[in-house]
Amino acid sequence: MAISKRKRAMYTRYAIYTLSILAIVVMALLVDWTRLGNAMFKWEIVKKQFPDILTSAAKNTVVFTILGFAGGLSFGLLFALMRLSSIRPYRWLAATYIEIFRGIPLLVTLLALGFGIPIATGWSWPNPYLQGAIPLSLVASAYMAETIRAGIEAVPKGQMEAARSLGMSYPRAMITIIIPQALRIIVPPLTNEFVLLIKDTSLISVLGVTAATKDLARFGRDGVNSSANATPLIVAGLVYLAMTLPLTQLVAYMERRAKAAGK
Amino acid sequence: MSNETILIDDYVVNVNDLNKSFGSNHVLRGIDLHVQRGEVVCIIGPSGSGKSTLLRCINMLEQPTSGSVVVLGRELTHIDCDIDEARTKIGMVFQQFNLFPHMTALENIAVAQRKVLGRSKAEAEMKGLQLLARVGLTEKADAYPGQLSGGQQQRVAIARALAMDPDVMLFDEATSALDPELVGDVLNVMKTLAEDGMTMLVVTHEMGFASNVATRVVFMDGGVIVEQGPPSQVINAPQEDRTKSFLSRVLNH
Repeated sequence: MAISKRKRAMYTRYAIYTLSILAIVVMALLVDWTRLGNAMFKWEIVKKQFPDILTSAAKNTVVFTILGFAGGLSFGLLFALMRLSSIRPYRWLAATYIEIFRGIPLLVTLLALGFGIPIATGWSWPNPYLQGAIPLSLVASAYMAETIRAGIEAVPKGQMEAARSLGMSYPRAMITIIIPQALRIIVPPLTNEFVLLIKDTSLISVLGVTAATKDLARFGRDGVNSSANATPLIVAGLVYLAMTLPLTQLVAYMERRAKAAGK
Repeated sequence: MSNETILIDDYVVNVNDLNKSFGSNHVLRGIDLHVQRGEVVCIIGPSGSGKSTLLRCINMLEQPTSGSVVVLGRELTHIDCDIDEARTKIGMVFQQFNLFPHMTALENIAVAQRKVLGRSKAEAEMKGLQLLARVGLTEKADAYPGQLSGGQQQRVAIARALAMDPDVMLFDEATSALDPELVGDVLNVMKTLAEDGMTMLVVTHEMGFASNVATRVVFMDGGVIVEQGPPSQVINAPQEDRTKSFLSRVLNH
């Protein structure tokens, strides 16, 4: 007698559970846990990371992220409005900017602006934070401009018409009516951009920072070099997770709520 | 301002040889329409006849291709005209209400008074409450549009337009998006407004409203005004074949 489709699906599921558990058990038995623990999570080395990893490295990551985000949001809003402008040169300028900075890897932009400009012009960056945060915010603004533009375009056309029919000028209608509604739409994607920025700040360490401006990734890497042990990188990774996980959970919560409200 | 257009004090809206094309689609073909103070002009006609486009040209939500629009003695189609300022005197009510969803009913009515006319918050809200009372929604002052029925939203939208103290009101199929049982409340508000002497241009499919409230009915088809006159003539004794054929399709059910 042939078994029914639903029964077959049930047995398949049990088989997959069993195999997964077996795989995990086999791996756990094969790995030399003492050796792995000594190389990657040695308690004395973990303790040595603190408090500097929080008071200096994590602080620097946060400073880079916030500077990059603030700059990216301001320029992003500007470029979004330019892309939506009725004036063609504005649209072209914004579109060109966005395509260029989205199309070049952040690493290349960082090196080009952080090193290339000082070499080419003899001018030097007045502040190591800005040297990293400005290229970061230029790239972030290109991505955010597209997010913000999509948010503004998601506001129904009738909203602008109603505002204009009441005598509001275009800028006034944008500020009072359109942008507040667009912001609600783009808060979840912008929070995602923020998480991406937290991680992207790790690339700033290629600019050869001073001891005081080391970010989390550089701090971990230098720790690996000085201790000949992978533990500092693992700790840095955990600190990154401590920052990003709450934010990604927040985004998931906001998206669930928006979905419920939309019903 | 151009001196070529004859300005007559009593005329609130003067539309002269108005043409509007969307690409190769010639929607309005030489419209002349003159509306005096206190008139209630109902514009009827089949869909695609250009009724809404005509209304939207009167407050320049659509830029006319040629011709002139003069409202309250100002030529809106003239390059020097301050459209934003002129629009404060032209109220508009939309088919889809277009209330601002992030603001309460009262805030919807107050926002343009404050940001455009520069009224104080207290002044704008007092005016808002008076207007909400007028449309029968005092108790909904703090409700958000999402919490209101379509008919209530449309009445708030009418109050919002009235808050600017307009000299003329444009209604663009104001009841077309409503459930049938909610249409009456909105039409009653419009009727009261007409009785109070407001100059109104009403694009509508409500033949009963046109018969009872309009001082003049304009029948449009194919981008031109085919026939116009008092409702007793245009609706009850149409002269043109196109008007007859349209009315027989709308009225005989």
